Amino acid sequence: MKQYLLSVHVVEGAPEPSDDEIQTMFRETGRINDEMQAAGAWVFGGGLVSPDSATVVRIENGSTTMSDGPFAETKEHIAGFWVIKCADLDEALAWAEKCAATCGPVEVRPFDDLSQA
Amino acid sequence: MDLASIYRAEYGRCVATLTRLLGDINLAEEAVQDAFTTALQKWQTAPPNPGAWIVTTARNRAVDRLRRETTREARHAEALLLHQPDEPQEVGPVKDDQLRLIFTCCHPALAPDARTALTLRLLGGLDVPEIARAYLTQEATVAQRIVRAKKKIRDAGIPYRVPAEHELPDRLPPVLTVLYLMFNEGYSATTGPLIRTDLCAEAIRLARELAALMPDEPEVLGLLALLLLTEARRPARLGPTGDLVPLADQDRSLWDRALIAEGHDLVRRCLRRNRPGPYQIQAAISAVHTDGAATDWRQVLALYDQLLALAPTPVVALNRAVAVAEVHGPAVALAALEDIDLPGYHRLPATRAELLARLGHHAAARAAYDEAAALATNETERAHLQRRRTELTDPRRTS
Repeated sequence: MKQYLLSVHVVEGAPEPSDDEIQTMFRETGRINDEMQAAGAWVFGGGLVSPDSATVVRIENGSTTMSDGPFAETKEHIAGFWVIKCADLDEALAWAEKCAATCGPVEVRPFDDLSQA
Repeated sequence: MDLASIYRAEYGRCVATLTRLLGDINLAEEAVQDAFTTALQKWQTAPPNPGAWIVTTARNRAVDRLRRETTREARHAEALLLHQPDEPQEVGPVKDDQLRLIFTCCHPALAPDARTALTLRLLGGLDVPEIARAYLTQEATVAQRIVRAKKKIRDAGIPYRVPAEHELPDRLPPVLTVLYLMFNEGYSATTGPLIRTDLCAEAIRLARELAALMPDEPEVLGLLALLLLTEARRPARLGPTGDLVPLADQDRSLWDRALIAEGHDLVRRCLRRNRPGPYQIQAAISAVHTDGAATDWRQVLALYDQLLALAPTPVVALNRAVAVAEVHGPAVALAALEDIDLPGYHRLPATRAELLARLGHHAAARAAYDEAAALATNETERAHLQRRRTELTDPRRTS
């Protein structure tokens, strides 16, 4: 089994979804989570608050500094993600297709095998 | 058979089987190359089943190599190699393995350029300089594409298996595209010599293998038929001085009758299945061109109408316009060209030029030939366009 990160990408300034759309997205995402759990593919997943509330922690010359805001000042950011376990990329891509239908573009990225317990 | 032709015929099959046995493409390639090196030293004459000999030798060499290495990964691979359940010894290459490998090489998660390079490398046995020459790319670029693609296959876990029936609609087209592009680049090279027979031969060999492995997929048969019927006309495509000869002026006695018969047979098999697709229709068009002493243009146009409905691309529309000119005359065809948007493609102004010339609009035709010649990237094609333009200015022709 391999593990994959499915990350949902949004572009800043894109039109805000309506309340109805948000409701549908929550419902569909919940349904995908249930399906992943039933299939034994679900490891973890969740939505993230906007990057404004991020904090970057660095150790420089032995002392810790913190800075307000995201690590990279980009227009695109990750709005949420799943970690799933699958036999191969094809299975991961099939899940990504379902996620993308609800959440927009999804990046599929394999975990390094050596880092997995 | 000499070792070079055995290498060309067996390399891909052996790599495919070793990839399954070893679970790793790089190990498989190394093992197969080792085995061919051994063959070069040991063979007086080739054994009756050279593929089986290579697979067995490669497998043994891989075991030796892995035993010498002590990393955890190597031990894991060795365990995999030694515990293949029900794996009969010395059976040689397994047909399905090649199918697995071609679907891995042409996986949609790989970049299109990488798919072709990887297919030529792993299944065709072409080395990096050969692939670089075929595509007029830097060797370093090709090498990097192949390394990156193999790394992605391993790291991302691109599977080594034949897709299930329900996946084929998404997964078969990229495979057919790779073979089609490989052939096309060989038949009408972007630059350099117009025809590269090695690429054409390799595309046909792989298409034949694919058709043998998937005889129930009509588009696979259609692609093979299209390649065979196009290849059949190749001997007549260049004149004695290496100039391009258009279809209408070709010496049909130079066409390869055996390839035409095989292609026609495949087209008939496709028709019986009645599941038309773009490759089958293009094959049927080629079949009409190679049937009898002259082309039945009404039939060609009817097929292009069908193709355009199925694959409404500007290139199909352009080819259809050529058939329109033969059936309804150049003026109607010229009007059909107006809606086609193909920026940078020399064949659009070249076709417009031919039609204008036929209508006697020589000044406009000359301008269109100039436009086409400026866009053509292949020297042979450019020379052809310039010659047509010169023929126009000949007073005997303009009168």
